[in-house]
Parts: sequence; structure tokens; C-alpha cells
Amino acid sequence: MTDGKSTPQLEWERSWQKLPRGGSIPVGGTSRAYLTGGWRSSKPVWDASACSHCLLCWVYCPDSAILLDGVKMVGISYDYCKGCGVCVHECPTEGALAMVQDDGPDA
Amino acid sequence: MTAQSERVALTGNEAGALAMRQSRPDVVAGYPITPQTELMQQFAQYVADGASDTELILVESEHSAMSAVVGAAATGVRAMTATSANGLAFMWEMLFIAAGYRLPIVMQLVSRSLGGPLNIHCDHSDAMGARETGWLQFFAENAQEAYDNALMAVRIAEHPEVLLPVMTVQDGFITSHTTQVLETLDDETVSAFVGTYRPTDSLSNLAKPMTYGAIVLPDYYMEVKRQQVEAMDEAPRIVALIEEEYADLTGRRYESLDPYRMDDAESAIVVLGSAAGTGKDAVDLLREQGHAVGLLKVRRFRPFPAEEVAQALSHCSAVGVLDRSLALGAPWGPLASDVASSLMRARANVPMLNYVYGLGGRDITVSDIVGVGSGLMQDASDGPKAAVRYVGVHE
Repeated sequence: MTDGKSTPQLEWERSWQKLPRGGSIPVGGTSRAYLTGGWRSSKPVWDASACSHCLLCWVYCPDSAILLDGVKMVGISYDYCKGCGVCVHECPTEGALAMVQDDGPDA
Repeated sequence: MTAQSERVALTGNEAGALAMRQSRPDVVAGYPITPQTELMQQFAQYVADGASDTELILVESEHSAMSAVVGAAATGVRAMTATSANGLAFMWEMLFIAAGYRLPIVMQLVSRSLGGPLNIHCDHSDAMGARETGWLQFFAENAQEAYDNALMAVRIAEHPEVLLPVMTVQDGFITSHTTQVLETLDDETVSAFVGTYRPTDSLSNLAKPMTYGAIVLPDYYMEVKRQQVEAMDEAPRIVALIEEEYADLTGRRYESLDPYRMDDAESAIVVLGSAAGTGKDAVDLLREQGHAVGLLKVRRFRPFPAEEVAQALSHCSAVGVLDRSLALGAPWGPLASDVASSLMRARANVPMLNYVYGLGGRDITVSDIVGVGSGLMQDASDGPKAAVRYVGVHE
């Protein structure tokens, strides 16, 4: 879902002559292409070596941005993470999650 | 070659309801408000009698009425409603939505004052409040024109090169409740004229999924609005084609302006709606008295026919614009402001005066307009040019 391979292209030519009429979106299933992580000003970073895999971050994340592999945390989807910081706030393990300023496109 | 027509006596509201039934809308949302009530009541009667298979939605407010037709139109069907006064004001938010989404909704407005104080009679305050919401606006002089405008509106709104909502306006009680003799077309002729609405995009076309109503942020919003301006600017070309087609069908020719004895006029009176009829009688009397006065009826108020207005008036030595609404705090009334802008844009320096009349149903008589017309030349040359004058107000 985060690979973006099957998502419709949401970039239009910007000229008013070429935009879809009336601000409509003349294709379907476009919510997948809308990467809400673009709003973020700060982001959580994860240290796999410190993580206890209690999954409290996964439970509390409002955007399903905590990625799991079976029963273990494997990372954070920055496509959808809005940088709310709930995961960091709820994390009981010292050093596993920390908020840092997000200065640009995800590494 | 004109179509099958019948001469019948109808009120403006009945004429409006008949035009609505004959243009076979898929969805109509109705909410009664004086003086429109009779129109929707008559239409509801058609539905109840099985004379119309329209889905009539009886909503609980005008905001809902416009919302319902917006939703219906977005699914790709022909949707209509009608309202008056505070009802139109209550639709305010949804008027922008309808126009912004480029939905070809047709609405009949039976014009009425906006309180307070509460008043149910005619003036154009309601229509003027909606004049920059992105709807085309056509003002009718009488029931015949109300009927004809309502039919042409369907074709104009749904034309693929327009796709804008259209509001047709008739004067509350004056036109809406007066029985007049008019020519109507038979159902088959209207059906053939309005045709079937075939939208290129719609929410119900499952083979081509789409979205109406998505948020459009600063990166695209201004471009979408620019498109809307273009559609408005281009609409008159299509409107003229449809008016031409309607003239071939009925023998009744309509244009954006209806000039009366304007060719050799030294001064002119500009007016909207039913007062044009009174004005034509006044012009005849003025001519008999030796005043070379003409009358310019503005039929298509939005988009405003600025070039045509300037052309029609630029040879005059004085112009008096009659407004049936106030623009509180503005230099002039809405019609006068548009006429002035049109003349200014054409660099035509014509002395202009603005008269406000008929608020809240105050009668406008032939002698009132004769009074305006006979003094126009003198008033324009030496009167206070900036001030709005009031016709028929008790001093």
C-alpha cells in the first residue's frame, strides 16, 4: 500500500486550461496517491536495537504508519506519518523512538 | 416555421411550473416560500397527478433544496429548484458550490425583497445578492419571457461549453401572480428542444469513477477559478446560438439586451424585469411630449453584456439607470454600477444618474418613469451626479 506502484497519478499540469473542470478529480481511487505525510514538520525516528517490540506505538498511531512484519515492528511509513508524536509519547522504552525536525524529503 | 403552440392564460408562476414540467427534470427539490410557493405547488400537483415523473424531493429548507440539486446534478441528472428572497439568501453557500463544481442546475427565482423589515413583495435584492456567485441570470419582463427563459436555461446550462448553473428571474407578484396570455409549446416540442442531458463526467458513471468536492489547495485553486471566469466569458456565444435556435422554433427572438426606441434616443433609461413594460409605455408618452428618450432592458444580467450596453448607450447625452434594490454603502445601485463600469471600460463618458424604485413592492407607474425620463437631460447636466435618487419615496 505504501509502494505507490498502483496509485493513480495526482499531478496535473498547472495551467488553468488543462486542469480538470471545476476542481473535480476525473479518476477513481485517488486517496492512495494522497500521501498525508507531506504535512509533517517533525518526524519520529526509530532505533531498532533499542526497540522492545511492545507495539504500543502501533496501537496508538492514528495513521497506521507503524509498519509491522508479523509481530515485530520494522519501521515507520513516512508516506502517511503526520508527525503527531503519539508513538514517541507512548513508547515505554528509552531510546527506541525520538522526534526530530523533518527538514525535507524522507531519506 | 414555428412549432405547435397554444395561447393560454397563466400566471408567471404557472408558466414557470409548466416550463419546469415540460423540460423533464430528473430531480426537483422544493421548498415553498412566498411568492414562489404557487410555482412549486403547481409542479407538485403535476407530479401528484402523474403528469410528471420527476423525483420531487420535499426538503426542510432552501439550503437543503440547493444541496439536494447539487448532489443530484453531480450524479449526472437534470436537476432544478425554485425560490424567492430569504430562501435564496439561505442557499448562498450552496450557490457557490453549484457554480464552482460547474453543475448545470436551473433555478427559477421569483424575486422578492430581503427583510428586515419583513416584506413579501417584489424587489431585486435577492437576485442582486446572488449576482456574483457564478450563476448566469436572466430577468423576465413578463410571464411569456419567464416561460421562454426557463426553457432556454436548460439548454444553456447543460451545453458542454458552458456547464454553469442558470437562474431565471421573474418579479414576485407582479409577474408571478398576474394572469397573462402567453404562447406555450407542446410537450413534444419542448422535449425535442431541451433534449436529453448527457454529462461527460458524473458520479454515477461507474465505468469512469470520479470525485466532486475534493479540497483544492493554493497550488491549484486559482486556476480552477480562472476556468470558471473563462466559462462565464464564453457563455454569451453559446447563449446567442440557443436564443437563435429558440427564435427559429417559436418566432420569439431574445438577446442579452432589449432596446426600445433607442436608435435615435438622446437619453436612455436602463431597467431590469417587469418595469421594462411600464418603461416602454412611458417612453411612448415621452416621445409624444417631444423627449427623445429610449429604453434599454437588460435581459441577461449575468454575465453582464458590458460591450453591448456601452455600445447601446455611448451615443446618448444622458442615461438614467433604474435599480430595484439598494447597494447599501456602495456609490450606486448594482445595475447602475455595472452600466457605469461598462461605459468606463469602453471609455464612453456619458452623464449618468441612478434612481432606486419599487423597493418592497412599491408601485412603479408610467408617470413615475415619465418623470425620470422628462428630467433626465436637465438632471444629468446640472444635478448632483453622485447621489442616488429615489422614485416614489414619501418625503
